[in-house]
Amino acid sequence: MTTTPDSRIVASVKGVTKSFGGTTVVTDVSIDFRAGEVHVLAGENGAGKSTVTKLLSGIHQPDGGIITVDGHTGPFDVKSAREAGVAIVHQELLIAPNLTVADNLAMGREYRNAARGLDRKSTRERAREQLAYVGAGHIPIGARAEELSIAEHQLIEIARAVSMRPKVLILDEPTSALASQETDTLLRIVRELRDAGTAIIYITHRMEEIEAIADTVSVMRDGKLIETMPIAVATPDAIVQRMVGRQIDSLYTTDRPAAGEVVLSVRGLTDGAAIGPIDLDVRAGEVVGIGGLIGSGRSEFVRLIFGADTATAGTVTVDGKSWRATGPAAAMRAGIALLPESRKTQGLVLDQAISANVVLASLPGVSRVGFVSPSSVRKVAAAAKKQLNIRSSSLSQEVGTLSGGNQQKVLLAKWLQSKPRVLILDEPTRGVDVGAKSDIYQIINDCAKTGMAVLVISSELPELIGLSDRVHVMREGHLVAELDAEGLTEEAVMTHAFGLAGATNS
Amino acid sequence: MTDIRDRDPMTITPTPQLAGSVPEEKVRRWATVSRSGIFGVTAALIVLIAVMAFIAPYFWSVNNLLEVVRQVSAIAIIAAGGTFVILTSGIDLSVGSALGLTAMVAIVLANANAPAIVCVLAAILVGAVVGAINGVFIARFALPAFIVTLAALTYIRGFVYVGTGGTTLVPKSVDYAWIGQGNLFGIPVAAIVMVIVYVVGWFVLERTVFGRQVYAIGGNAQAARLSGIPVRRVLFFVYVISGICAGIAGVIVSARLESAVPDLGSGYELNAIAAIVLGGTSLIGGRGSLIGTLVGALFIAVLSNGMTLLNVQSFYQQIIMGAVILAAVFIDRIRRRKEPQH
Repeated sequence: MTTTPDSRIVASVKGVTKSFGGTTVVTDVSIDFRAGEVHVLAGENGAGKSTVTKLLSGIHQPDGGIITVDGHTGPFDVKSAREAGVAIVHQELLIAPNLTVADNLAMGREYRNAARGLDRKSTRERAREQLAYVGAGHIPIGARAEELSIAEHQLIEIARAVSMRPKVLILDEPTSALASQETDTLLRIVRELRDAGTAIIYITHRMEEIEAIADTVSVMRDGKLIETMPIAVATPDAIVQRMVGRQIDSLYTTDRPAAGEVVLSVRGLTDGAAIGPIDLDVRAGEVVGIGGLIGSGRSEFVRLIFGADTATAGTVTVDGKSWRATGPAAAMRAGIALLPESRKTQGLVLDQAISANVVLASLPGVSRVGFVSPSSVRKVAAAAKKQLNIRSSSLSQEVGTLSGGNQQKVLLAKWLQSKPRVLILDEPTRGVDVGAKSDIYQIINDCAKTGMAVLVISSELPELIGLSDRVHVMREGHLVAELDAEGLTEEAVMTHAFGLAGATNS
Repeated sequence: MTDIRDRDPMTITPTPQLAGSVPEEKVRRWATVSRSGIFGVTAALIVLIAVMAFIAPYFWSVNNLLEVVRQVSAIAIIAAGGTFVILTSGIDLSVGSALGLTAMVAIVLANANAPAIVCVLAAILVGAVVGAINGVFIARFALPAFIVTLAALTYIRGFVYVGTGGTTLVPKSVDYAWIGQGNLFGIPVAAIVMVIVYVVGWFVLERTVFGRQVYAIGGNAQAARLSGIPVRRVLFFVYVISGICAGIAGVIVSARLESAVPDLGSGYELNAIAAIVLGGTSLIGGRGSLIGTLVGALFIAVLSNGMTLLNVQSFYQQIIMGAVILAAVFIDRIRRRKEPQH
C-alpha cells in the first residue's frame, strides 16, 4: 500500500470536550486521522495531546463530542476501542522486567495447549513472528526483559500493540528515553507501518522527529486545536509560534525593588552524569525562572542544589557560606527551601492534618528540647491558614481531602515556615485552579519583596515569564540560554528549549 | 461491681453527640477518632466484655479482671513498641525471641545473686542492643525489615537455646519477682508498668518532635526526607524502642514465672501484630495510635480469658481466635470503605 493524499479517514474526533474535576483539558477538538499517515500532535505540556489519545483509546470517555474509529461510533472503553482497531503505546512502558520477552508479548493472551496448560511452543513462535513484523527479530525472545535496553522494551511494546493489527496506532512520546540510533530504528518501523496502511498518531516534543516523520501536524494549546497543517507548511517556526502566543495577563504582580546582593550562588554543580556542570546566581529580591522541556533536567538540577540527590562536584553557597552537602537537612540549615515537583508523592503527608503538615519542616520551631507544643503548632498553622488564604473546615482536616490549590498552599506554608533565604519552587501551580494560582503568584512576589532569592521551574510559559525577572533555559542537563527582560518571550524560550536557536539569539 | 467498672478505662467511651450541639473542632476530632479505627474495636471490646460477663459468671470478678490485665501486660508492652515500628511502615518479628533472650539474661543474673535493679536494667539493655542491630541493618543498610527481623527471630532464639542449654533455668530466688506477681494498691505491678509504658509512649508519639517524625515517615517517607527529617536515624530508634519494650516485657514474664523457659515468648510477635492491627494501625504506616493497640491487646486477652473460663479447649480457642481477628479486621474494612476516600 502506498500513501495517497486523500487516503481514507479511519478515526476522527469531532467537537470533543473533556474535563477533570472542573478543569477543562480538552475543548471542542476536531481532528481526522487518515490511513497510511503519520499524524503528529504537538503542543506544550498540558496542552491536551495525551488526553485526546486517551479518549480515542477508550481510557477516558469524552464529556461531549463524537469519536469514530473505522466506522464504529464511540464512546469507547478500552476493550471496545481495541476491538475497533486502536492500539496505544504509553509513555510509561508496561513491561514486566522479571518475565521473558516471549512471556511479555503473550501477557494477557496466553496460549494454552489441549491440557489447558501454557503452550510454550506457540508462545515462542508467536513472539518471534510479532518481533519480526516490527523488524525487531534480533531481540532474543528467551531473554528476561530486565536484561534489555529501554529501546528494546519500546520495541516489545510496539510489537505487542502491532500484533493486534490495529488500524490506528498511538505512540505517546516513544522516543523520550531513546538514544539517536535507537530513535532511527523506531522511526523506520513507524514508516513501514504507515506504508502498510496504519494510521499513526504520534506525540513528540522533538522538532527533528516531526520533520523526519510527520505527514500532518496538529498543534494544540490550552486544550484547544489551534491548527492542523500538512508537513509542507509545518516548519518548526510555524509550529512553535502556534504552540505559544498567549497573553500575559494581570495575574502577575512585580512591584519589587531592584535586586540586591547575590544570595544563592551555584558553581560547577553536576551529578556526574546527565546534569551540569551548571553555574547560576540568584540575587536577593529576584525571581529567576528555569524553562525547558520535561526531561531537560530542571527538577534534577534543583534537587542537586537542595541536596535531595548527591552532587559529584561543584559548590552551592548561600550568602557567601557553603556547607557540606549531606542532604536536605544541611541545605535547610543553610537557608534553602524546595517545593518539590509532586506535592502528593514528595511534598505532603496526605493522611495527616493541615497543622501537622505546616510544621513538618520546622518542628524545632514549635518545640522546646524535643517536646512539641500543641498550642504553638495551632498558632503557627492558624497564622499560615490566614496568611495564605487556605480554605478548609478546620486545621485538623486531612490534607488529602483539600483541593489541589489548597494543598499547594499548605506545601508553601510548610516551607515559608522554615524561614528560607532561598525559595525554590518546582512547578508551583501544577493542577491548581486559577484563583489559587493568583494567590500563589502573589505569595511568590511577596517573598521576593522581603529579600528572598526565588528560583522557579515552570512548564507553563506565561507563568514562567510573568513571574520571573529573568529566565534560564535548560536543555539536556545544561543551562543553554539566559533571557532577561527584553529578550524574554515565549518564542525565545521554546526556541532554546528545542535547541533551534541560531547564533543570532542569546 | 460498680467500682470495677469505673476502674476499667475501656468501658468509658465517648458518646457521639449531635453535630449541632458541639463546636466544630470537636466534631472533627470525633470524626478523626472514628476514622482511625479505634471506635470499631472499642465497641467490639465492650460487647465482648458484656457477653463474657453474662455467660461466664466468674469473668466479672475483681480477681479475674486483674488477672486479665496481668496476663495482657507483656503482649501489650511489646505491641506498644511494635506500634512505633508499624507506624513507620516497618515490622518487627524479632520481639518474641528478644523477650525470651532478655528474660534469660535477667534470670541468669538473678541466679548469680545480682540485685534486682541490675537484672532489670541488663534485660532492657539487651533488648535495646537487639533493636539497635535490627535498626542498623534496616535504617543504615536499607535491608527489608521483614527479612532482617525474621532472621533476628531465628538467631536470637538460637542464643536463648545456647544460653539455657535447652532447659528451664530456675534460680533459687528471683529478687524482682514482685514485678510480675506483686500488687501495688491492689493493682498488679505489671499492669502499672504497662500503663507507664503506654503513657510515656503516647507522650513520645504525640508530643515530641521524634513522634511527629515517626508519623510523617510512615505517611510519606519521601516528603519526610525532603522536609529535612533524619529518616534513617528515626527508623533506627524505632527499632531500639521496640527492643526496649521487648526487654521490659521479658522482665515481667520472667518475674511472673521466676524462671526462663527456652521457648519463652515464641509467637508473641504475632499476637502483638494482631493487637496492633485490631487497634486500627495501618500496616502501610502513618495511621494509628497506641490507644488503639492497647484496646486491641485487651480484646485478645479478654477473648482468650473468656474462652478459658468457658472451658473451651485450647485447640478450639486457636480456631476461634483466628476467625475473630479476621472478622474484626474485615468488618473494620467494610465500615471504612463507606467513608469518603481521597
